[in-house]
Amino acid sequence: MPSYVIAEKCDGCKGGDKTACMYICPNDLMVLDTTAMKAYNQEPDQCWECFSCVKICPNQAIEVRGYSDFVPLGSSIMPMMSSEDVMWTCKFRNGVIKRFKFPIRTTPEGEANAYPNLKGKDLDSPLLATEEADGYQIPKPALL
Amino acid sequence: MALPNKPLGETKAVRDPAVEEREVDILIVGGGMAACGAAFEVKKWASDDMKILLVDKAAMERSGAVAQGLSAINTYIGENKPEDYVRMVRNDLMGLVREDLIFDLGCHVDDSVHLFEEWGLPIWKKDENNKNLDGKKGLKMGTLKSGAKPVRTGKWQIMINGESYKRIVAEAAKKALGVENILERVFIVELLLDANNENQVAGAVGFSVRENKVYIIKAKTIMVACGGAVNIYMPRSVGEGKGRAWYPVWNAGSTYTMAMKVGAELSMMENRFTPARFKDGYGPVGAWFLLFKAKTLNGLGENFAASEAAKAELQKYAPYGTAAVTPTCLRNHLMLFEMKAGRGPIIMDTVTALAEIAKTLDKKELKHLESEAWEDFLDMTCGQANLWCATNTEPEKKNSEVMPTEPYLLGSHSGCCGMWVSGPDYDWVPAAYKWGDKGKVYNRMTTVIGLFTAGDGVGCSGHKFSSGSHAEGRIAAKQMVRFVRDHADFKPTLKQTTKELVDMVYKPVYTFLDHCNYTTAVDINPNYVKPSGMALRLMKATHEYGGGTATYYMTSSKNLEIVMDMLATMREDCEKLAAGDLHELMRAWEIYHRIWTVEAHLRHIQFRKETRYPGFYYQADYPGQDDANWFCFVNSKYDPKTGQWSVFKKDYIKLFPDA
Repeated sequence: MPSYVIAEKCDGCKGGDKTACMYICPNDLMVLDTTAMKAYNQEPDQCWECFSCVKICPNQAIEVRGYSDFVPLGSSIMPMMSSEDVMWTCKFRNGVIKRFKFPIRTTPEGEANAYPNLKGKDLDSPLLATEEADGYQIPKPALL
Repeated sequence: MALPNKPLGETKAVRDPAVEEREVDILIVGGGMAACGAAFEVKKWASDDMKILLVDKAAMERSGAVAQGLSAINTYIGENKPEDYVRMVRNDLMGLVREDLIFDLGCHVDDSVHLFEEWGLPIWKKDENNKNLDGKKGLKMGTLKSGAKPVRTGKWQIMINGESYKRIVAEAAKKALGVENILERVFIVELLLDANNENQVAGAVGFSVRENKVYIIKAKTIMVACGGAVNIYMPRSVGEGKGRAWYPVWNAGSTYTMAMKVGAELSMMENRFTPARFKDGYGPVGAWFLLFKAKTLNGLGENFAASEAAKAELQKYAPYGTAAVTPTCLRNHLMLFEMKAGRGPIIMDTVTALAEIAKTLDKKELKHLESEAWEDFLDMTCGQANLWCATNTEPEKKNSEVMPTEPYLLGSHSGCCGMWVSGPDYDWVPAAYKWGDKGKVYNRMTTVIGLFTAGDGVGCSGHKFSSGSHAEGRIAAKQMVRFVRDHADFKPTLKQTTKELVDMVYKPVYTFLDHCNYTTAVDINPNYVKPSGMALRLMKATHEYGGGTATYYMTSSKNLEIVMDMLATMREDCEKLAAGDLHELMRAWEIYHRIWTVEAHLRHIQFRKETRYPGFYYQADYPGQDDANWFCFVNSKYDPKTGQWSVFKKDYIKLFPDA
C-alpha cells in the first residue's frame, strides 16, 4: 500500500534541503526531486504503509493507494492529526464512509517529563533511576 | 534521452566520501523502543563528563517496530507476579527460556509503562462500573501508578490509544539525551574489536544516508539494538505488498549480524515467529481473540481448535500443548493441520463475536465497539483498515480470513532468538548465566566484553514487546555506565586504518562506479549484483529450502544442506554488491546483514535435531520434540579470527517451579 504524492499539492516543503516526508520516513523512501521541487516515494515495494509521511505532510499532499498485488481499487483511509486526536476518514469501495476519532496524547507536545535533574545514587544496585527515587523494592523470587 | 546506465537515487554516491571520526564513552546503535529506553536512562547515571552518542538509521520520532503505533501494551505486570510472567513465557516458548532474564524484566517493565502514561500515552481504564474508558476519558480515574485499573485483554496486555506511542517515547528519550548527542540517518554497519584487548568491542563504523560521509566511532562500550529480521523469507505478497511485512520491513537483522561478526555468542537462533494474522493486510488478531472473544473456523465452518482431534494433537506436546493457554506455535500448528488437510481457509468469525457482544450493549456502546475494532487496525496496521474498506468488509457483517505469515526472526515478541547475554547479578542466578569482566557481572552484556544489547537482541527471553524492550534498554544503559566507570583506563584502539574502514563501507559504491558504464542498463551488468536482486535471491532460497511458506514451513537435512551451499555462494557474491546512490548503499548493507542472520538461523535449525516449535517450523527428518536429547539451548559462535562457526548445546536451568 505505497504512499504517493499529489503533484499539485506538494511544494517540496518550500525549498528546504529536506522535506517533512524525507525527515520522517522510517525506511528512507521519500525523496525530493530538487529540479521539480516535488517529493516522491522511490521504492514503493518497501513501503510499510505506516502513514508517517501522510500524517506529517504540512500540505496534505500525501495519500496511500492500496498495494496493487492484493488491494482492489476505490477505497481510501485518511488521517487528520491534531495535537490531541487523530480523525480517520475511511471510504469503502462501495461508497460507505466511516469516521473515527481516537486520542493520541494526553499532554502537550514537547512536555514529556525526561526527568532532566534526576541523578541516580547507587550505580551498583539493580534499580532504575525512577525506581530508586520511588523507593521501589525488587520482588523476591519464589524459586524452586 | 540518456542511456539508463546511471545511478537512480537522488543522492548519488561518490568515490571519496567525507570521514567523521568520533570518540565517545557510550555508543547506542538503534533508535527503537530499547534504544529510547537506554537514551532516557543513561544520563541519570553517567557522570557529567561521559560522552554518549545514539545513532539511528532513521528518525527516532518514527523509527523501529512501534513507528506506526500500537493498540496495546502487551507486557504490564500490574497485579500479577513476575514469577507467573516467567511461567507464561516459558510455556509459550516450549519450555526453553532464560528465566533469570525474564524475571528481571518483569521486575522493571511496569516502571516504563508508568513513564509512558506520565509522558502522555493514553491508556484505557476501567470505570467504577467496570466499563471501558478510552485513554482520554480514563484520565479521571487517575494513573496506573496511582492504582487505576487498566483494561486487560489477556492477563498481561493492556489497551492503549497508541497512534503516537513512539513519538511520545522518542520525545522523552531525545530530551533526556540531548539532540546534540544523537545522529539520525546514519546506518552503522559493522562493529569493531579492540586492537589490544582480545574479545573486547572498541568501535563501530557506518555512513550517512543523506550525504557522502563515513562515520568511524570509537567507544568504550556499545549497545546494539536495531530490531529483528524481516524480508528474509519470500513474503506471501511479492509485488508492492512485499513492504506489507508484519514486523517492520526495515529490520534487516543488523543486530544479530553486527554482533555475531565480532564473535558474540548467539542463542536459540532456530526460533522464529510466523504469526497468524488477518490475511494480506497482516492486521493484529490479539484483540479479536482476547477482547472480542472471536473464534476461528475452518473452511467447513467448524471451530477446529475446540475439536477432539485438536485436543489429541495438543496432547502430543504436553505439558505445553495442554496448558491453559496454548502456545503460539501450536495454535499455528492446528491451523496448518486444517489447511494441509484441505479444510482451509481459516476464517475469523468477527460477525458472531460482535453479535454476541452487541446483545449486552446499547446503541452508543455499540458504536464505540465498532470504533474499538477499527482502532485496533488504525493504530498499528493502517493498511489492514484500507483492505477492509477496499473489500467492503464491515466486521459485523463479513468475516475475514486469517493466515500464518512468512517467518520472522526476533527476540521481543513471541519469539526468542538473539544473543546469549549475562543475567542480573543476584545470588539466585546460576553462575552459568552471569558474567562480565574483571570480576564484575554486567547484566545484558553479550559474550563480547563491552558489547550490550536489548529488545530483539536478547535471546531466550521473548514476550517483552514494546514496554519490555524499553525497560531492557534502561537496564542495559545503567550497566554500560557501570562498565565505563570500571574501565576508566581503557582506551579503545581500532585495528583498521581509516582508509581500510572507508573502503569497506563504500565498497559497493566503488564496484558500481567501476562498472556501470560497461552496459547500457544499470540493473543488468555481469560485474555486479544490485541489492534488490540479491534480496530476491535470498528470499527464494529460504522460501524453497529453509522452511518458508512454500512448504508449509517444512525443511529437512537435505534441504538445509542445499540452502547452506546457496548462502555460501551468496556471501561470495555479496563482494560484488553495487550501489549507485546512498539509499542503495543502505540496501546493500541491509541485504548483507540479512544473509548472515539467515545463515545463523539455518545453522541452528540444522543442529537441533528435533522439531521444538511445530507451527513455526518442521524438521522433516526429526519430527516431534526430543526432550531426552534437546531440552537445552542451542548456541553458536562465529570466530572473527578464523572465520569458523561452532554450534553447541548449552544447559537450560529451571529456576521457577510450575504453578
